Formats: sequence, C-alpha cells, structure tokens
Amino acid sequence: MPSTVALSVARYRPEQESEPTFQTYEIPFRKDWVVLDALNYVKDTMDGSLSYRWSCRMGVCGSCGMKVNGTPKLTCATFLSEHMPGPIRIEPLDNFPVVRDLVVDLTDFVRKLKQVKPWIVRKEEKPLAEGEYLQTPAELEAYKQFSMCINCMLCYSACPIYGLEPSFIGPAAIALAQRYNLDSRDQGASERLKLMSEDDGIWQCTFVGECTEVCPKHVDPAGAIQQYKLSGATQWVKSLLLPWGTR
Amino acid sequence: MDLFTCDVLVVGGGGAGLRAAIAVAEEYPRLRVAVISKVYPMRSHTVSAEGGAAAVIKASDSLDAHAYDTISGGDWLSDQDAVEAFVKEAPEEMLRLEHWGCPWNREPDGHIAVRPFGGMKIERTWFAADKTGFHLLHSLFQTTLKYDAIERYDEYFVTKLLVDDGRCQGVVAIELSTGQIRAITAKAVILCTGGCGKVFPFTTNANIKNGDGMALAYRAGAPLKDMEFVQYHPTGLPFTGILITEAARSEGGWMLNKDGYRYLQDYDLGTPTPKPVLRSMELGPRDRLSQCFVKEQEKGRTLKGPYGDYVHLDLRHLGEKLIDTKLPFVRELCLKYVGIDPVKEMIPVRPVVHYMMGGIHTDIHAATPLKGLYAAGEAACVSINGANRLGSNSLTEILVFGARAGKAAAAFAADQKGASPSLAAQALDEHRRLEESFLRKRGGKERIAPLRAEMHKIMEESAGIYRTETALKEGAGMLKRLQERFQDLSLDDPSYTFNTELTAALELSYMLDVAQTIVQSALERRESRGSHQRSDFPQRDDERFLAHSLAYRVEDNAPRIEYRPVTITRWPPGKRVYGR
Repeated sequence: MPSTVALSVARYRPEQESEPTFQTYEIPFRKDWVVLDALNYVKDTMDGSLSYRWSCRMGVCGSCGMKVNGTPKLTCATFLSEHMPGPIRIEPLDNFPVVRDLVVDLTDFVRKLKQVKPWIVRKEEKPLAEGEYLQTPAELEAYKQFSMCINCMLCYSACPIYGLEPSFIGPAAIALAQRYNLDSRDQGASERLKLMSEDDGIWQCTFVGECTEVCPKHVDPAGAIQQYKLSGATQWVKSLLLPWGTR
Repeated sequence: MDLFTCDVLVVGGGGAGLRAAIAVAEEYPRLRVAVISKVYPMRSHTVSAEGGAAAVIKASDSLDAHAYDTISGGDWLSDQDAVEAFVKEAPEEMLRLEHWGCPWNREPDGHIAVRPFGGMKIERTWFAADKTGFHLLHSLFQTTLKYDAIERYDEYFVTKLLVDDGRCQGVVAIELSTGQIRAITAKAVILCTGGCGKVFPFTTNANIKNGDGMALAYRAGAPLKDMEFVQYHPTGLPFTGILITEAARSEGGWMLNKDGYRYLQDYDLGTPTPKPVLRSMELGPRDRLSQCFVKEQEKGRTLKGPYGDYVHLDLRHLGEKLIDTKLPFVRELCLKYVGIDPVKEMIPVRPVVHYMMGGIHTDIHAATPLKGLYAAGEAACVSINGANRLGSNSLTEILVFGARAGKAAAAFAADQKGASPSLAAQALDEHRRLEESFLRKRGGKERIAPLRAEMHKIMEESAGIYRTETALKEGAGMLKRLQERFQDLSLDDPSYTFNTELTAALELSYMLDVAQTIVQSALERRESRGSHQRSDFPQRDDERFLAHSLAYRVEDNAPRIEYRPVTITRWPPGKRVYGR
C-alpha cells in the first residue's frame, strides 16, 4: 500500500462560490483509518474551513453520511483501504440542497417524518398502572427490522424517485411508518395508509431497491414500500375508486 | 437581532431533554416548550448507549435492593434521598417508554425481559438487544413529534445563558445553517447537554460531548459537583474507543489476561464460575474492573498492541445464537471496525473514559442554585451515581430526572412574568464577543487541534485511573497556561454558513473550563473513593470526604472548591463487597 492517498473533496461555500468545486488533499494512508478519520485529519492539520457533520464514530448516530466514490456511505464505517489507491472522491449526499461543503439540508426529511405519524397511535391508552402491553418475541420480530433506521439519509441519496419527485415521502420515512403499522401495540395503520396512498412517489417506486442496497442497517425500505403498495392498492380500490395517478 | 421566546427552553435533544420536553407538554399544555440542540435530536449521544436501563420489575426484586446496589456501587457518595426517588420512579418511567413504543426485549409470554448487569444483585436491566440507547432515543424523539406544543431549534449552538435579576432567562445561540446569532428568552431553562468525555483522548463519547451545558452553567455562576469522578469503562476497543457493552459480560463473557487467565479473581472480586454470578468477577462494578486492568498491566500480564496495552474479552463460549440475539451490535461493531468475529475470536479491550458522575449541581427536583435554571442527565449531578455509576442506571436516570426537570421547570415558568428588558443588550454583547474573539479576529497563532491534543495529554496524565498530588498540581498549572494560549487562537474559517471550526473552538473553550474543574476537584479530594483513586491517599476517608465537591468559577484562576454533606437516609457508609 502507498503511504499517502489523495482525497478529492467537494467544496461549496455559498459566500464564496456559486458552484461546488473540488479540492484535493494529500493525506497519510493508514489501514485502520476510515474516511471520516481522513476528513478529521484534513480539518485538524490542513484546512480548518472544511465543514461536515459527524458524531458517534460507531455507525449509530447517522450524522456522517456522504458519497464516497459515488456511493452513499457512512464515512465512519468506510475504510480508506476499500478505496485504494485513490484518489477518493468525497461529496455531499445527492437529492438534498447543499448547505455548505459536505453538509446537506435535512429539513424536508424531518418534515416528512412527522407526517407519517411515527409514534404509537391508540384509540385508548392503557393506564400505566395496568403494566406493559404484552408483545411476544415473534410480534417484536415482525417490526424490529424497520425500527433499526438511523435516519442517515443514504437511502434518500440513492433513491431515483426522490431525485425526480421531491414530494415523495421517501424510503426511510415509509419504513418507519411501516415499523409502527406492524407493531402489535399500534392502531394507527389506516391513518398512515391514507397519507401513503396519496403519495404518487410510492407508485412510481419500481422496486429497484437502491435504498435497501445502501442501507447500513439492513432496514430494507424497499421491502416496506412494496408492503405498502400491496395494502395501499387494496385500500385504494376499495375506498377511493380513483384511477392511479390522478389527484 | 431576532429575539425568539418560549416558556420552557430545553437545551439538548438527547434522552433527558426530550423526556423533559414531553413532561412539560403533558403536564402544562398551555406552556410553550422548545428544544434547542446543536445536532438533530436523533444524533444525540443517548443513541450510543448499548446495554440497558435498570428498573425493578421482577417479584423477587425490591426497590431497596436497587437502592443498595446503587449506593454501594457509588461508594456511599450518592445522595440517598435522590436514590430512593430514582428507584421508585424508575419502573413507571420504563413502562411509559414501553407505551411509547420502545422495542424492549420480551419473555416468551410477552412480558418485559430483563438481564443481569455489573454491580447489580438481581436482574433488573431492561434492554432492546444491545442498542437500548438507540431505541430509547428514537422512541422518545418520534413521540415528541406528536406534541405540537414542542418546538425545535435543530442545529443551534448555544454560546451563553442569559441571566438577569438573579434568574436564568434564556440563551444566546448560533443558528448553524446561517450563522445568525439569536437570543431565545424563556421563563425557565433546562440543561440536558450530556457529559464531557471528549476532554480525554480515549473515550467512548461522541464528538459532540464537550461539556457545553456544564460550562454554560459554571460560567453563569452555578457550581459543578463531584467533577473528579470520571468513569472508565473496562471494555473499549483500542484506537477507536468504541464501547463493547457490559451486557457482553452479563451474558457470560470473560475477561482474560495474556495467559488466558480470568485475572479478576486476584482482586477480591470472587471466584470464577462458568456461568455469570451477580455482583461477582466480570459482573463487578466498572471502577474496580478498570483499576484491575492497571494492576495487571503493572504485573506485565496484559498484551501489547499498536494502540497501547490490552486484555481480552472472550465471548466464544456463548455461541453464535446467543451473540446474535442478545449482542448483535457487539458482533457488528467488532466485524466492521476491527475485523474480528467474536463468535470465533477474542475481542481486544482496554479501559476507556465513558461517563461523568459529576455535573451541574442540582437538587432532587433537578433545580440548580441559579433560579430558573434546571439540569438533568449526564450534564447534571443530583447525585444518584456517587463515586461510581452502575451500568444501566444512566438511561433510567435521564428518564426519571428528565421528567422531574420538565415538571419542576414548567411549574416555575408558569409563575413567572416576561423577560427582563436588559436581555437584548446582553445578547448583543455576546454577538460582539463571538465576532471579535473568533470570526473577525485578527492575528492569533494558536490552532484548535494542538491545543486540544495538549488538553488530552494533560488530562490523561493527571486525571486518569490513578492520580497523585504531584501530577494533579502539574496538570492544574498546565491547564491554566492552556487557557491563556486559547486567547491567542486563530481560525481559518470566517464563514457564517455552518462554520464547524467556530463551533469546535467554542467546544474547546467549554472543555478547558470543565477540565479545570475535574483536575482541581481531584487535587483537593485527598482520599480514594470509587472511580477517584489517589495513589498517595489509597483509603476512603469518610471523616473528611463523605461530601460532595462543588467547583465554583473564579475569574482567570483555578476553580474554588467547596463541600457539602452527602444525604444519608437508611444506608450508613459500609464496605463495598463483591464476589463474596
């Protein structure tokens, strides 16, 4: 392995540049470094003005998603050695407005997350004094996978529909809706289904599965979307009697 | 300058902050509550907690047993009235989380499952596999979305508390996306900003854990309590400091030295058995296990690696099935970050800075001595954790005291009138300080990273697992000089848009303040208790130090340390006994 590697990093400072540019940093190569370590090396020793988000460095906070050589990745879990000899191209996630350098604007996702009502909906709350809602291990297993989403936004970056149709609720939010729909404690599925069936994006999703492919937590949002389509299509025909695509 | 306003302002969007916000929204629906955080709430460090959250649920367990484990685990520095309230309210808070959707692991019949944990006499740790903090945080965050009364200021970095008329009335913050400096006034403020593990070089803590709230309170005149008590977790991965949860040991993992020997048996922690025994061996408390590592190291019985000495955590005998159902994240982290499969290989581990027992001094209602200012979670020190926190008490603490803080702050806010007219002027002064000291500063030759590295070195050498008068005195002097050098800081980045160099500089200045309180409190506590081990004063000294330290800020000088007595209700100080 060579002793150094070139990082080609997307820069965008709105006060300075009207268009994103690339800046190259030659950094030492270390086999136990992840891409995030390399960015931290740049920030600490070469260029304090490079902006990016990061926090836990253990793949669970979801902050450090970026494109590495064109693929959305958690940079804390992507080793330099996977991309040698370089240069390694680091860019902000696709499909989001870029705020600055590698930082993208997540406002749209946060708004959509709220729309899908990602909380337990009950007609009647059980009083705490009566203890827990019973839930067997099998019932837990039914939604567990969809509860693993860390909101890292890699799936939105990879999603061809979201790129074309920004109103699309998108993979992570749909997976989280499904997480609650499948939870034996929840009674809100029909409310969420109504919202989903009004979303054209779901119907345009072709199950190519880019979202599932890039998901670092194996959440399988594409699977969630297909489940929705099945239940949504039934509901659609039954209750709305409208042709697909008109609204 | 734009002036925003709300009734209760929660600083920090981790578990404690979100729980506090929900408490306000539920109990005082007419109040406007806002959560301000330097990251999106789901990025908060609660997300990294792994093992579980303690609360009495089994018929064979009792509140007194949980209290005793907590108090003896804390080497009798816990305030026992606070511990009693904590263990009593814990089960209800955990159930509430269950009702809010937290995917707790279950027994075959659908009831909540619990696992054993270090220093606990009975199994009482609720868990969601080994991603308990992640699930707890996301359940809380998603639940907050249903309350329209909860506003959020995501990615706002707080730089100062607004205090007037002896009362905390809001904050000044930088909106990161635009660089705009905003004042947000409130009738009560709750600090839930977490700990400050990043003052040390080797830590499980996330990059955001810089003691922001601790420093903000300290600068506003509130004391920091018991700051000398720093928890080293015995099992961190070398280099990254990634935590391997204590649950790995509670499920039956072994700590082995270089000879494959379960060395804890040599340190009065019990005798090895094939199955885990509660309050024994690998299920001893964290402070003792971390200290044993140093003793083994001194005997030359640890292994040598590129990132320092280590020992082994062996899970191989647990089998793939148990590891995959109870410890999947351990396997994922080991495979992804060190290329080791714990099903087949031993995990290299070493002690790593994990948690601050100390924090902003609060009473049992989460109120600080500064009127209108509350604190909860790792940022605060009530204190239930005393000189050493037991694993799985911190997630429960953020719920119990987050809720208490929310209720107390809301009750206070409900009786307050509007903000003082002088706040706008204070906010403008703060705006000017940020411009002059950082963004528009000319000259300056110091850079952030070397100063931070210097602080790390000082802290590790003076305030590590074992401490001495000489090293602490030297550390205190070096920190003071580092504070002076910080004044000569220069930044590369003059931008107003998402300027992370500016926030890193502000974080460093928070950490320097907090580091001084750790070293000074450690220097003046001339005894050994829990996580605070003085080689030169190896005994616990209840006559002089059955007391909480309180560090007060003194302009341009080391903090002033005062003491206040520990509250003892029913458990007089005794000997900590494990394994027998």
